[in-house]
Amino acid sequence: MGGVAVKLKETLKRYRAPIVALAGLVLFMIAVPSLAHKTASSLVGQTKTMLLVVPPIFLILGLLDVWVPRETMMRFMGPGSGLKGPLIAFALGSAAAGPLYGAFPIAAVLMRKGASFANILIFIGAWSTTKVPMFLFETQCLGYRFSLARLAIDLVGIVAIAFALKLSVPKKEVERLYAEAASESNGIQRKK
Amino acid sequence: MDALVFYIVAIALFAISFAKDRKKTRQAFLKGLKALEGILPQFVTVLILIAATLALLNANAIGRFLGADTGPVGVAIAAALGAITLIPGFVAFPLAGELLRHGAGVLQIATFVSSLMMVGVVTLPMEIAYFGKRTAILRNAFAFAFSILAAFFVAWAVSL
Repeated sequence: MGGVAVKLKETLKRYRAPIVALAGLVLFMIAVPSLAHKTASSLVGQTKTMLLVVPPIFLILGLLDVWVPRETMMRFMGPGSGLKGPLIAFALGSAAAGPLYGAFPIAAVLMRKGASFANILIFIGAWSTTKVPMFLFETQCLGYRFSLARLAIDLVGIVAIAFALKLSVPKKEVERLYAEAASESNGIQRKK
Repeated sequence: MDALVFYIVAIALFAISFAKDRKKTRQAFLKGLKALEGILPQFVTVLILIAATLALLNANAIGRFLGADTGPVGVAIAAALGAITLIPGFVAFPLAGELLRHGAGVLQIATFVSSLMMVGVVTLPMEIAYFGKRTAILRNAFAFAFSILAAFFVAWAVSL
């Protein structure tokens, strides 16, 4: 009995932020009734997008975690992978679909499997801007000149940002992130 | 069908995995679920933040800020708007195209699009959960600065 109560309390504590945010949102909707409908419908829309993308990503990550040995990933994306690593990182990120938050849990598993920090940062950058389906769509809406120019400068920017981050995040912090990713090998669970 | 692509891929992969090893597949499924539950609080918080910003800043409001004659202030506003909003590309690109045809500046639109894609203020709680405060905040800061630089390049390339 006591165990259940403790567990419930712990769960409530973990969910404190979303509960507070939801309460804030409800208050906002009561205070500004003219925006209530729009707020509710955008919440529903965002939840739908999330449900379409996030649960399957996590399940696929479970498979990756179980099936792909660390050595394999090290060879492809590890610190000694040479030019292969960034190229694979670009390809993985660019083949993706869905919002950027889908990339974070993947990055955590890649970290655990030994991909280098720079390659992970390139993967995040590619996911954010050089997705192939999105690029094709962009050319339709904004024209080839605009989209190609943006793609070209983004390729440079992604690598530049990855290197700037690699230089400005201390090695100790990177080691801490890797240790954290590794220690949670029973799930990609995060506390805070 | 585009939206269901992740489910289709997941189902296909699980089917292959199941045929090869039932126990490993079960383990993978449980791992995935557990990881999902682990990040759920941050996810829900982010969803609520997105709903709130979208209610306050819709397409029309964004359009009003991005005129061609808004100059450097307009670029700064475009970068900030892109950073705090989270609009999927298939909504943002048509909107950006429409705004361009109605007199928004290429520089402002390019800034907005780049910062929208690369910078995520409302998703920071999630990014911090995975990457730590330092890396997450620095990444967003660098991406923010880069969005503005990239826009100048795009505007120059379009004007050629």
